[in-house]
Order: sequence, then C-alpha cells, then structure tokens
Amino acid sequence: MSTKGKTLFDKVWERHVVHQIENGPAVLYIDRHFIHEVTSPVAFKGIERRGLKVFRPEQTTATCDHNVPTLYQELPIKEELSRKQVQQLAENCKNHNITMFGLGHPFNGVVHIIGPELGLTQPGMTIVCGDSHTATHGAFGSIAFGIGTSEIEMVLASQCLIQAKPKLMRITINGKLGKGVTSKDIILYIISKLTASGGTGYFVEFAGEAIRSLSMEARMTICNMAIEMGARGGIIAPDEVTFEYIKGRQFAPKGEAWDKAVAYWKTLPSDPDAQFDKEYTFDAADIEPMITYGTNPGMGMKVTDAIPENEPNTKALEYMNFKPGQKLLGMPIDYVFVGSCTNGRIEDFRAFAQIIKGHKKADNVTVWLVPGSKQVEKQIIEEGLKDIFEAAGIPLRQPGCSACLAMNEDKIPAGKYSVSTSNRNFEGRQGPGARTILASPITAAACAIKGAIADVREFLNN
Amino acid sequence: MEKFTTIISSCVPLNVENVDTDQIVPARFLKATSREGFGENLFRDWRYDANNQPKKDFVLNNPTYSGKILVAGKNFGCGSSREHAVWAIYDYGFRVVVSSFFADIFKNNALNCGLLPVQVSEAFLAKIFSEIEKDPRTELKVDLENQTITLLATGESENFDVNPYKKECLLKGYDDVDYLLSLKDKIEAYEKGRIVFSV
Repeated sequence: MSTKGKTLFDKVWERHVVHQIENGPAVLYIDRHFIHEVTSPVAFKGIERRGLKVFRPEQTTATCDHNVPTLYQELPIKEELSRKQVQQLAENCKNHNITMFGLGHPFNGVVHIIGPELGLTQPGMTIVCGDSHTATHGAFGSIAFGIGTSEIEMVLASQCLIQAKPKLMRITINGKLGKGVTSKDIILYIISKLTASGGTGYFVEFAGEAIRSLSMEARMTICNMAIEMGARGGIIAPDEVTFEYIKGRQFAPKGEAWDKAVAYWKTLPSDPDAQFDKEYTFDAADIEPMITYGTNPGMGMKVTDAIPENEPNTKALEYMNFKPGQKLLGMPIDYVFVGSCTNGRIEDFRAFAQIIKGHKKADNVTVWLVPGSKQVEKQIIEEGLKDIFEAAGIPLRQPGCSACLAMNEDKIPAGKYSVSTSNRNFEGRQGPGARTILASPITAAACAIKGAIADVREFLNN
Repeated sequence: MEKFTTIISSCVPLNVENVDTDQIVPARFLKATSREGFGENLFRDWRYDANNQPKKDFVLNNPTYSGKILVAGKNFGCGSSREHAVWAIYDYGFRVVVSSFFADIFKNNALNCGLLPVQVSEAFLAKIFSEIEKDPRTELKVDLENQTITLLATGESENFDVNPYKKECLLKGYDDVDYLLSLKDKIEAYEKGRIVFSV
C-alpha cells in the first residue's frame, strides 16, 4: 500500500482528535480560545446554569473590542448596553479566572490582532473564537475558525468542540505581485473569481510564490477574509517569516522550548504528494489594485474596471446607487475607514502613511484611522506616523472594531460612500444605509487624498 | 433543547441569495447579554424603515405568508458567526430554514439550537418558490427521521442530508455539552500527551 502524503491541515487536525464519533464528527481538542464581549455572555450563562466552572481557564484569553468607543476610552463607556456587555465580560472572567485585556490595558485590542501580536497564536495549534474572522490566525499554520455561542459554551465546559472535518482546497498564487498590489488585493481578487460562497464546506490552504513573499501581517489579511468566500478558514504553511514574527513575543516559547517548537513547526507544511479536494491556481501578474462595487465581498473588480454590464445582482447595485457599466474611478466618496482585524496592523498604518505623507486629505472626506490594538497605537506614535497623519489633517482614534461593524458610535451615515479596509460590504454593515467599498490601506490613502475613488499607482514611484 | 421530529407548515418565501447574518440581525442589536427577544429584530433593516415603520414590500410584513418554515435563496447565513441570527429566526417562530446552500457556521449554529437547516437541490428550491407563488398556503412536510422534505400539494419530495450525530441530538433533544462532559476522562487522557511549548 502506498502511503499518501498529508496536508498541513490533516497533520494539525489529526493531532487534536480526542475521539472520533462513528459515522459522525470528531471531538476536537482546542489549544487556544479567544473571547470578546458580544458573543460570550450567553455561553457563560449556559455553563453557570449547569453548575460548571470553566474547564481550562488558562487556555482562554479575553479582550473587549466589538462594542468599545474609539474616542475617550479613559472615560466610562457612555452607551449603557455596551458598557453592560463590557462589564459582564470582566465579571465572567473574574469569576472563572480568565485573563482579560480590558479597555486601556496595554495588550487590549481587536481579538485577531492581539492573539498574534502577543505570541498566543502559534503554528500547529487549534484556535477558536466566537467570531468568523478567527480565520486570521490560520496565517501561522494553525487550524483557526469562528464558532457560535453554543460552541463557545462547549469549549468553556470541556476545551473541546464537536466538528466534522471539512474538505480541503488549495489556492496557489504563482509569480510576483505588481506595483500597488497588496495582500488585500490578492484576497479580493480570489473572492471575485470564486464568489462569496465558492469556499463553503472547505478549509483553504494558500500557497505559491506570491504568498511566500508576504509578511505575516499580509498573510493574516488573506486568511482573515477566507470566510468571505464561505470557507471556514484559511491556512498558510509556517516558514522562517513565521518564526521570525513569533520569536521574542510575550507568550512565545523561549530558550530550549523555542528550539523544540521550531523543530516541530518545521514538520507541519503539506507533504509534496498531499492531495486536496479542490485546487485553483492564479497568476500574481493578473492581479491589480481591487475595489468592491456591491453588497457582498465577491462583487469585486480592478479599480480601473467598469461594473459588469450583465451584473445579475440588481438589488445590490440599487443599494449602492450604481449602474451596470459604470466606472467608479474618480467618483466622489464621503468616508475612509482604515482599521479592523483585516487591515488594522502596524504594517497597514505604515503603508497608509507612506502614501499620505506630504499630502492633505480631501476636504469632502472624513477619515477614521483606528489602530487594531494598544500596541499598534503605541507603535504608530513611536514611529512618528501619528505626526504624518495629523499633518494630513487626520487625527488618530483609539483601538477597537469600530466602523467595520458599527456596533459602537462609529457609523457611516445612510447613503454615504465609505472606502473601507475592513472585510464586509454587506448592506448596513457600517451603519444603516451606509455604502461600503472595500479596498487596501494604500488604495484607501489614495482615495483620502483625492476625495474620490483613486488608483494608488498614481502615487507610487517607478 | 426542544426535540425535533416532523413539521408540517406553510412557508415564508425569501427569494434572495447570499442573505448574510448582518441582514438577519444587524450588529447594533447584539448588545444583549441573554438570548431572548431577538425575533423582534429579525431582518430589522429589511422589515422596518428608518422611522421604525414596517416596510410593506417585505415578506414578513405581508399577512399572506406565515408558517414555521423559512424558504430562502442560495448561500443563506453567510458572514458573521453571530448565533444571534439563529436565535432571531427561532424566536420569531421558525423551526426550519430551506435553502439550496447554507454557510457552514450558520448551519452548525442552527443545529445546535434546534433550528433545522434543510438543504435541497436548486431545482427543488425553484419548485418550492413557484408553488408558494401559485398558492401562498402551500405546505411543506419536513420529516427528520426519514430525512425527507415533501411538497404536500404535489407529493414531490426530496431527501436531505443531516449529520447522523446531530440528527440523533435533534430527535432526542440531546445537548452537545452533556455529551462532551461524558468524555471528561478521555479529554484528560488526551491532555497528558498534548504538544505544548510553554513560555
């Protein structure tokens, strides 16, 4: 019998199966669990109703991010329901001995920013959180996916989940990226090709030269949006870039444990003869700066393109007030939002600064810059980026999920156009009636300067 | 969890594809710390205008349609993992959602809360929509034990898939947490051999 090669996903999955239910799903052990204020309260109520304590509190880490204001965080939260949710999380964590990085804590921030930043996210782990963008952590070669509140309760009670093994897809991007093309453009391009449901039922391994060439921050942006094509998660093989990123971080292994960890992590990448259920290959040279024009992330196009004449989703175009065949380049916009678990990392703000430096934001545009975490905020200040932003007429806000989902006060008004570095352009996502155009941080910077949809390549030297 | 066996009911048709969980329940309504009462905000921004007045053209505001079965277009429940979306659908009174394709997290959340996602073929979904259009009182029978969905008027029927473990849970009203707790010894044994690299 020939031995079949294993995928990265298989290797990590198999090491975490506690029990296989006959003809059914697996009982999967969870190494790392992240929680936040919005999806966890009912799960705590559930275990308390059963008279249970959290089974492995040291493997759960809490932050508040979804609901928090991004101005005056040092003052009590004004909005009563938001304040109550944050207080409830603090109380639940205290009662169950869970480490919480609350508002103002130097480690506070968006859950998918702080996990990697603190070295809590490591290759080979199983990682879950009650948030679909948990897929982000897959960039380290871990199996990471979003779960519902009933599943949070399962993890709190047993550190395990009942999960059917998904099918596996590999997406390979060959070649080198062109000028002004970022990892955000890669993932928007892929979703535009595969549609918003093209990955449903699958876990996706991203591979190829173009992926290998990316920093960890850029890889996280790609895995983060795997969910936007319906995939449960994305995963990228760990390599020297991964190890270099993790080394020395707060909760990373140290000394002898570090050497052992790296030796193990090096065994994880998919074997050369590993089989995938589905494969796609794209050429990096075909990818250009991307924007979306509709109300799901699959409705994307090159920034210079026109909306397809035969676009079937007329409901979406009506919502956006766009016409088939319309070009968006040069169209005035109202807001620019830079932040979120997709593009709220230090590298994103450095990239934005590089374009905006020496320019002023257009008068017709309001720009919200929201760091992904306290540590990102600190770096922005220390590296002098805040001064660059202020010179361009843009103040820096405080960390949180903010206008990505508009649970706090950061809502785009009805009918207004927002160029956003976040992940979803759903109807009303950024506020009731808001019209979202997804883009990369550098495209967002070009749009902020022009006050209109712009091609960032105009701002780049050859 | 309530037991689920067979449901016969008229349907509410929502012939829209890619219905995301932000439409099912917008983020600004996720501030509660308990799971009750979400039905009020089901499809909030499609159902009510900016002045909280019901939008006449939305199906939930149309008295012609009612029932415990929601029939929706392809890729239902995509986007955010919020289980609140399932709570809202359940709290409103639905017990089944029929579509030709469900987003993964939504499907798991639904099964964990006693809401049955029934995936049918594109052709059967189109048939159901056209029957409802002809007669808004069109009834569907969803039989979990036999994994069949039937248009009662015409007798047309299709089988649907459901994970055998979850089927058992739904039929008996079992709960995953109880099951996991029963595996405590196994979990502790697993932990002894687990790969951990301490700080």
